[in-house]
Amino acid sequence: MLEKALKGSPRYWGTLIALGMIVLLGLGFWLYQLTFGMKITGLNRDVSWGFYIAQFTYLVGVAASAVMLVLPYYFHHYKEFSKMIILGEFLAISAVVMCLGFIIVDIGQPQRMMNVLLNATPHSMLFWDMVVLNGYLFLNIIVGWTSLQYFKNDMTPPKWCKFLAFVSVIWAFSIHTVTAFLYAGLPGRHYFLTAIMAARFLASAFCSGPAILLLLILFLRRLTGFDPGKKAINRLAVIITYAMCVNIFFFLLEVFTSFYSNMPGHIAPFQYLFTGIDGHDMMVPFMWTAVVMGLGCLVFLIPTPVREKTPALVIGLIMLVIASWIDKGLGLLIGGFTPNPFETVTVYAPTVPEIMISLMVFAMGGIVLTVLWKIAVEVRVEVEGGNLSMVPPPAAEAE
Amino acid sequence: MKNTRREFLKLAAVSAIGVGAGRLGFLGDAPAHAGPLPGVANFEEGLKAKHWGMAIFTAKMTPELIEKCRTACHTEHNVPDIPGNKNIKWFWGASFEESFPTEHGHYLSEEVEHREFPLLCNQCETPMCVKVCPTQATFQRPDGIVMMDFHRCIGCRYCMAGCPFGARSFNFQDPRPFIKHFNPHFPTRMRGVVEKCNFCAERLAIGKMPMCVEAAGGALVFGDLADENSDVRKVLREHFAIRRKPDAGTSPSVYYIL
Repeated sequence: MLEKALKGSPRYWGTLIALGMIVLLGLGFWLYQLTFGMKITGLNRDVSWGFYIAQFTYLVGVAASAVMLVLPYYFHHYKEFSKMIILGEFLAISAVVMCLGFIIVDIGQPQRMMNVLLNATPHSMLFWDMVVLNGYLFLNIIVGWTSLQYFKNDMTPPKWCKFLAFVSVIWAFSIHTVTAFLYAGLPGRHYFLTAIMAARFLASAFCSGPAILLLLILFLRRLTGFDPGKKAINRLAVIITYAMCVNIFFFLLEVFTSFYSNMPGHIAPFQYLFTGIDGHDMMVPFMWTAVVMGLGCLVFLIPTPVREKTPALVIGLIMLVIASWIDKGLGLLIGGFTPNPFETVTVYAPTVPEIMISLMVFAMGGIVLTVLWKIAVEVRVEVEGGNLSMVPPPAAEAE
Repeated sequence: MKNTRREFLKLAAVSAIGVGAGRLGFLGDAPAHAGPLPGVANFEEGLKAKHWGMAIFTAKMTPELIEKCRTACHTEHNVPDIPGNKNIKWFWGASFEESFPTEHGHYLSEEVEHREFPLLCNQCETPMCVKVCPTQATFQRPDGIVMMDFHRCIGCRYCMAGCPFGARSFNFQDPRPFIKHFNPHFPTRMRGVVEKCNFCAERLAIGKMPMCVEAAGGALVFGDLADENSDVRKVLREHFAIRRKPDAGTSPSVYYIL
């Protein structure tokens, strides 16, 4: 099936070349970081994890979100998702690749990376995170690739493939739970030290991941006419809406616990993020944007007649992604490390090289995703004899 | 045959000169100041304990004395002097609020409130940094000292997230250009690894007290916390002492006598 990635329109190659250029540009900055060390980042002695690890955390959520398709499909035989499921699995592969990329650019001695295997340390959560992430990567490669192959040959996937799909459902929960455990067990970091961290991570993952997936699928529909079906889109939108409500609810639980208990250490990160401390208020506009976007997206997503109209759905999903990204891709890490262990504020902001290196990792994920989705779409074209949608063309349906 | 031998000797002589010159250039005049390397006899005098710990007479630790200890420690361990917030700290001074942020007294004794407190790695009994390290690059010795293997550390900085005391520093850049007085008896670090105070494990091994303890002239008391007849236990029996953030559950081995 790989050959399907080698033939494509100028638009396909143009996309890959554009992403490749971003990778090359970012690679230059990464070489700069490898030569001069992480002093080129905004990280410091007090805020020792930042943008890279935050993107890693966000993308673990995106990877885990494939389960929102796989679970209804395999556990509840919800067949409407059959056309989307492969896209979800391939998005998970691309997301895990980005996760691993963000870990590699974040560590100070990447050439010693294999020490994590050579000196396997079960009492470190980072060890387990490595295990579950790589496991999830392989599960999705095997399940996704095999089921696509069987679909191409018009055969039912083998039993072992179905079994691995079941395993991948449980595994998806584990990747985000273990990632939450990275933070939730640290005694000196009040913003992290919460028993519902894993639950919050899962809720945020199950809204933001499928939201990104659905946005990409709607984009794909525009580009290629590939249509997963109105029913499937509407159902996924409902799942996203519920998950976002739970996500916001969990966040409010944190706010209640911190402020009603009046524990200074637990209040301080919220103060830094939402009001600023001692005039350090860099995060304030971001966090309030997240609040507005987070609540605002529900206006588009909760009422069914609004949600089922494509433009409104797209706006709602974009707002949701912005809100969840600020919450997890910025606020989580910065709030966790500020105030520092001396209860003073050390300001962290990512630098231009740090952002360029991050773009490199995102573009790498983009390349993986473009190639994999291209294969998936081409296989469907082949099987269905050129008619991608099997339903009226999207232009007529959008009404 | 003869020819090859002569060639070899020539080469060896040139190499020896080269190595000598190279060493001189790299070490500068440091070896002259550092004295001879410890021998087998020195290691036989090594100090041993069940659990090393420290008690600090904070009233005696004036800012000048803290600075003296800091300089002694940082010189001994080739700690670079890097300006800004990407700096490396093994031993430093901080205010009461920064040192004991969980003690939110509105009305503190003025003298204590304005005192400067020496901070260093707490050498915790149940260290979080050791628990989270994915490579065991940071580990705890049977005598309680929490140490770093600078050659195993991958620079993931999980230990820095785990430490509730901000005792760890990351080499954001090559530290060597920032070392003023190079001590050839202790390794320098490379960029991309984490480091911290090691209770002078390398000095205890040859029967010497830690640098800060030597420099403090009695204001820092060092000894075996497990031995009730040790100096440190005697001092702790007689004076009221607190530890930093005991609620973090790591059980620090450094006690502050107020």
